[in-house]
Amino acid sequence: MEMEIPYSIKPNPVTGIPNGKLGIWLFLASEVMLFGALFSTYVLLRVGADVWPHGYKLLNVPLGTVNTMVLISSSVTMVMAWASLKMNQFGKFRLYLGLTILLSFVFLIIKAFEYGHKFETGIYPATSTYFGIYFTLTGLHALHIICGIIVNSFLWITGRRLWQKEPGRLTNRIEYAGLYWHFVDLVWIFLFPVLYLL
Amino acid sequence: MSWEHEGAEDIKKHVRVYITVFAALATLTIVTVGISYLHLPTHLAIILALIVATVKGSLVACYFMHLISEKTVIYWILLACFVFFVVLMLLPTFTSPM
Repeated sequence: MEMEIPYSIKPNPVTGIPNGKLGIWLFLASEVMLFGALFSTYVLLRVGADVWPHGYKLLNVPLGTVNTMVLISSSVTMVMAWASLKMNQFGKFRLYLGLTILLSFVFLIIKAFEYGHKFETGIYPATSTYFGIYFTLTGLHALHIICGIIVNSFLWITGRRLWQKEPGRLTNRIEYAGLYWHFVDLVWIFLFPVLYLL
Repeated sequence: MSWEHEGAEDIKKHVRVYITVFAALATLTIVTVGISYLHLPTHLAIILALIVATVKGSLVACYFMHLISEKTVIYWILLACFVFFVVLMLLPTFTSPM
């Protein structure tokens, strides 16, 4: 027996928003705490250290800058995918979401290249406190990118069927996937200067 | 006004906003990288980098995540989240030896 999920399109009268939106924001609030705890750890380690290396001497700033641009662009294509659905343009939606997934892979490939280079030169998380927190923070962030790719790919593949049946639900799903994706972008906006530039 | 009940015309206006925000984000990325090449004193560098990152983050949150026109319930969730986040950030300063 199939049961309809309540308030997946229409706003819940209690909150004024669809249930999914409340759900994703609560999840993002918990994510702020997860990354917040690690940022707090970074501050503690840095304040407590006698010397702290300059990130730009240890990491590849141009590559980090390119990756920042890649992630910002992917946020724009993500929001454009949602806007396309709002404007009833399914073809454009597929294009923009596809571009978002592609850019996510570009980000991961560049990150893997950076990691690979570090490992080749014998630098691991255990090398120093700085690299310990660098690998933890960027590793957790990369894990979020991978999760985003999985969700977005699922929506890209199955989107057509839902669009034909319930377009409003697909539009909302894309909005929530987008909220998550912008959050991942937002985290990188802080990670990049903190780890690479300071 | 909520974004949920808008027509295609309104969305077209938002698309223009998204492009502007993208240009601002790209410019600010170049600015923050540029500042890092000046090798300013650490305290000043940290303050400047965090200011630029906060502006960029706010742009993403306000426009891409639509927080500029969201429902009150989400603001309350985020306010609670913000309070705990500030506590998290202040903990190291309270506990580290000065």
